[in-house]
Amino acid sequence: MSAAVQAGTWRSGATWRNLFRDRPIIPLIALLAVLVVVIELASPGIVGPGWAGVIIRASIPLAILAGCQTLTMLTGGIDLSVGTTASMAGFVTATMVNSPGGVAQGIVIALVAAALAGLVTGIGVGVFRVHPLIMTLGMSFVVLGLSNVWQLQTVQTGAGVPPSLRTLGTGGFVELVPYSLIIFVPLMLLILVGLRRTGYGRLLYAIGDNPVAARLSGARSWQVLVVLYVISALLAAIAGFLVAGLTNTASVTLVESSLLPSVAAAVIGGTSIFGGRGGFGGTIVGALILTVLTALLTVLGLPEPTRQILFGAIIVIVAAAYARVTGEA
Amino acid sequence: MSAATGTADTVAARPTDMVTAWARRNTWTIGLLGLLVALFAFTKLIQPTYGIGGIQGLAISVLPLAFAAVAQAIVVIAGGIDLSIGSMMALTSVISASLMQGQSDAFGVGVVVGVLALGLVLGSINGGLVVVTGVPDIIVTLAMSFVWAGFALLVRSGPGGQASPWLMSFVNGSLGSPWIPRAAIVIAVVVAVVWIPFARSKTGLSVYAIGSSRLAAFRSGVAVGRTKILAYALTGLFAAVGGIALTGSTGIGSPVPGPYTLESVAAVVLGGVSLAGGRGGVFGPIVAVLVLQIIQTDLTFLNVNSNLAIVAQGVILIAVVIFGSLVEMRRSRR
Repeated sequence: MSAAVQAGTWRSGATWRNLFRDRPIIPLIALLAVLVVVIELASPGIVGPGWAGVIIRASIPLAILAGCQTLTMLTGGIDLSVGTTASMAGFVTATMVNSPGGVAQGIVIALVAAALAGLVTGIGVGVFRVHPLIMTLGMSFVVLGLSNVWQLQTVQTGAGVPPSLRTLGTGGFVELVPYSLIIFVPLMLLILVGLRRTGYGRLLYAIGDNPVAARLSGARSWQVLVVLYVISALLAAIAGFLVAGLTNTASVTLVESSLLPSVAAAVIGGTSIFGGRGGFGGTIVGALILTVLTALLTVLGLPEPTRQILFGAIIVIVAAAYARVTGEA
Repeated sequence: MSAATGTADTVAARPTDMVTAWARRNTWTIGLLGLLVALFAFTKLIQPTYGIGGIQGLAISVLPLAFAAVAQAIVVIAGGIDLSIGSMMALTSVISASLMQGQSDAFGVGVVVGVLALGLVLGSINGGLVVVTGVPDIIVTLAMSFVWAGFALLVRSGPGGQASPWLMSFVNGSLGSPWIPRAAIVIAVVVAVVWIPFARSKTGLSVYAIGSSRLAAFRSGVAVGRTKILAYALTGLFAAVGGIALTGSTGIGSPVPGPYTLESVAAVVLGGVSLAGGRGGVFGPIVAVLVLQIIQTDLTFLNVNSNLAIVAQGVILIAVVIFGSLVEMRRSRR
């Protein structure tokens, strides 16, 4: 019933509706603000620079992974291999700590491995026209299996998250500004500007919006897609370094649990899974919303099962409200 | 009657024509069956002792995934996708195991009936949300996977419970000849009783229609929303059957969802169901599940690192789909 009442008020204010459709980030930020107010009410005094720093630190890897989903969703795809690719990157780096080249060697090897996985995925999706869901799902099996093999190979040499990654993941200039922003801010600017201002970014929208029109306009969609999935895998690897540093663990399944939230963050942020609509700005807010929501459910002292149920229910409600306001899915 | 023929071509009067028409429609499944037979022969070759025990183990180990694949196939045919199948299986499995613990057989039968009804309800909720909210299927069911997994954890925080003895003997062992595992019969009977009549009914045809073209189905007078909810309800039902099979084959219930959601998607695609909807059946996915499992068994026999088995699964998934799309490309070029 309340939904119907809500719908009525939306319809009476067509200007509001247009505003929300054109600038989805405004209601999203409002929702984020509401969540912050609620968490402050639930536990007075919790909101402060230190708390915000913790939230930002936890949001950054999720935002990067959700960035992978945003970019691939813009073309009408999805990347289900980000979880295993990110875990693999963090794990490989951790196993290479004692190698001659040190951390740098590990990071380079992890990035190369991720790029290779992305290249194969991109060729599958772009050249052989395999459904992205299947291609990335299959690739996640491959990456997970190979990571496991690598784990058996290197288990004797000892593994530990390099101190530099730990500092990057957990440290900060002041409480509010964690070091991981050094990585995130350039990435964010690159993606935001890349999507809005470069021909490549516009091609992503074009291919997702209408593949046939894009092809007839001379876009070589297979090249765009191959590059896209390489970028997505590299982003996932970077997120993997940050998660490994943040949690000080290296495991081949470490980031797996962030896969579904990353899809949810992109969708809450207003990116359409059918392609052609959305952007990274909303996705960042979406990642922040999910992180604050998780924090709120924890602060409320709810048991884990109830948290999961509410988490899922709220994602459905936000997505449904979004679809209703904008009039499209 | 004409209703019974379903999608069959009424023009195919001669039996040979009907066979060729059937074969043309099911090329993919027949190919998969051929692959399965080849794999059985290969297994026997590398492991001469492979026999009754192997077949029995195969049937029992694929049982939950086979039902998950059937569940996924139905909703994918209807043009959707259900990422909450694993969670629904965990929920139904943990409920059935908890309720059956220390109870009589008659009570256990009641539990099974109740859990099946619960599966219909869970699926209807998924479908109802998809239809009412207008949010893409993949998002709704993704979010609902958290919800159902949360409920499963509410029922029981860790693995436990106890399956009724009759349920365990129902799926283990064999019937008649030792070569026919009971689990295989269970799959055959459940699919025959639920799927075949459904697929041939008007509603079943509507499910294919909305998956094939939503708009065309709507204009032909199909109640698109209601049909979609029905497809999701059936998916929930088969997920519940999968959950009960999980309880029966392991003897307990675990609240943590297994890998069934994504593996069911893989099996469905391997089984010749188009992710775009409207094409395929449930038989192909079941064969695909068998193929995937026997490949894993073979890799074990060959002493291949078990971690490479999952790599093989990914490679096979990708290779088969690429093969399928190449065939499709050639066909459309002609």
